[in-house]
Amino acid sequence: MIDPVTARVSLARDDAIALVRQMLRIRRFEEACAELYGAGKIRGFLHLYIGEEAVAVGALGVLGPEEAVVATYREHGHALVRGLAARTIMAEMYGKATGCCHGHGGSMHLFDAASRFYGGNAIVGGGLPLAVGLALADRMQRRERVTACFFGDGAVAEGVFHESMNLAALWKLPVLFCCENNGYAMGTSLERSESQTDLCAKAESYRIPAQHVDGMDVVAVRQATETAATAVRSGQGPRFLEFRTYRFRAHSMFDPDLYRPKAEVEEWKKHGPLHTFTDRLKAQGLFTEADFERLEAEVGAEIAAAVAFAEASECEPVSDLLKDVTADAAPALAP
Amino acid sequence: MSERLSYREALRQAHREALARDPRVFLMGEDVGRYGGSYAVSLGLLEEFGPERIRDAPLSELGFVGAGVGAALGGLRPIIEIMTVNFSLLALDQIVNTAAALRHMSGGQFHVPLVVRMATGAGRQLAAQHSHSLEGWYAHVPGLRVLAPATVSDARGMLWPALENPDPVVIFEHAQLYNLEEAAPASPVAIDICRAAIRRAGRDVTLIAYGGLMPRTLSAAERLAQEGIEAEVIDLRVLRPLDEATLIESVRRTHRAVIVDEGWRSGSLSAEVSARIMEQAFFDLDAPVQRVCTAEVPIPYAKHLEDAALPQAETIMAAVRSLFGDRPA
Repeated sequence: MIDPVTARVSLARDDAIALVRQMLRIRRFEEACAELYGAGKIRGFLHLYIGEEAVAVGALGVLGPEEAVVATYREHGHALVRGLAARTIMAEMYGKATGCCHGHGGSMHLFDAASRFYGGNAIVGGGLPLAVGLALADRMQRRERVTACFFGDGAVAEGVFHESMNLAALWKLPVLFCCENNGYAMGTSLERSESQTDLCAKAESYRIPAQHVDGMDVVAVRQATETAATAVRSGQGPRFLEFRTYRFRAHSMFDPDLYRPKAEVEEWKKHGPLHTFTDRLKAQGLFTEADFERLEAEVGAEIAAAVAFAEASECEPVSDLLKDVTADAAPALAP
Repeated sequence: MSERLSYREALRQAHREALARDPRVFLMGEDVGRYGGSYAVSLGLLEEFGPERIRDAPLSELGFVGAGVGAALGGLRPIIEIMTVNFSLLALDQIVNTAAALRHMSGGQFHVPLVVRMATGAGRQLAAQHSHSLEGWYAHVPGLRVLAPATVSDARGMLWPALENPDPVVIFEHAQLYNLEEAAPASPVAIDICRAAIRRAGRDVTLIAYGGLMPRTLSAAERLAQEGIEAEVIDLRVLRPLDEATLIESVRRTHRAVIVDEGWRSGSLSAEVSARIMEQAFFDLDAPVQRVCTAEVPIPYAKHLEDAALPQAETIMAAVRSLFGDRPA
């Protein structure tokens, strides 16, 4: 899975460290989430992104602040990289009023208007037509910007995936489809659910240029995204990237992970995006163990502060239960 | 000054005015452009406003309704036309799980100013996959506003306030109403999309109906008047949120209520209206609330069977008479 592209790329030290930092933030943040879930502080469904960090970090780094991001229920990493403060995400998972959505959404529904982060969509495939529409709005209002839409391999089985591919291609809309293919739709492997397992072929059947990318290699992800986003911005229509990646943890905290061999998980862990990248940087003399320890300390402090913030935050008052159902002032309990 | 206008022309005129008034407004749906709309509502608008704003979409209800949600989030004011309520089931996910939920789910950060219009209802021998009345399903969902224009004036005057509504609005146009002609004001009168309308004043019983059954409910009321029963007729027209005040005030005066609903009785909008009357005006009632609903069958094709399945003026009148027992009104 080593992309020869990456070996050729030489990075500036600051740039390299920034990539490590972002991947480490996601990794440690989610490890903390798992622990807090065990402690009963976080409830509901919790889907961890651990193992897939290179995709969000590599891809989102390419986007401008005015560009839109649509993600799935496995979106803590995307939210962190997009700029949502760790503390507002953590408070959301605690169900507190200081959470990004006042505790209305939880882990699966992180949103942020300021960074045009449109969720947090927990209907598989549900974000795709949303992204098509956001791109349509940009097109009709003559704005040259990308809407990046993240979804998993499971989404390609949904009808709405195909409807969205067709609409985006038919109308040449500026959507960047980012498929995070981790091999499993919950417990069902791609081979068991798709007659055509080459996901790029599906996009290409709608005449959308598509590319396989090593999703465990942050630089390969970034480079592919950069090229694709540039094409999308310049009005060439949608692009499709299939990032081949793997989740190291179970689908959710309820998943006993019975459907895949342990050896498969261990094999993929050898290609873990964080250590393969830092090993490479060390070999190139761009990164030291001391750098890593410094980042660990900084990230650790950020997450500790986020947890403390969430712990100390107030809950949304029950009197505000019906607020924000519609624009009207809260209606009487019987609407 | 007023002119005769059809319901269809009123809708078309409302679209034309909205498109001219606000560059963010556009219409998207199956065959809205070159074909002119499956019920010819948008006939001619393509020539006037061009293919970008009168946008033909492929047969992908979930896709283009979802795209409408995204376009609304992106700053536009989409009007999405779905051919019939039956087809809207293919798009229900985006309407219920995204459009209706997004404001609350995002803690008030995002809202979806989207208008979804669709034809509804039976009476044209289109059988079980083009004739149902599922308005009550939509009226069940918090976050949506649900409208059912039953008059030419409402058809003309509801679209603009719906577009101004910052949250998703679903508009049901009964297929039997498109050819309805009425005198309508030459310029549009904005309709209050929060309030029901009293279409006929009466003292003996409150008839509550909406949409395609309004004409026959009014005709039943006129015929009942000849028998000495003066029915007040309320056009719900806003199916969510229900205008309880108007309903309850009327029932408190008349002490009797009959609800006419083209939906199936079980779990219907009529059940909801009935429950609210029980909750709030039970002690004002002189007789049990009655309901006249569609028979619980998929709508059949054959005319005599379709007629038998639907509420008719005679069944409405019979339900009203049953409230008065032996006593002549």
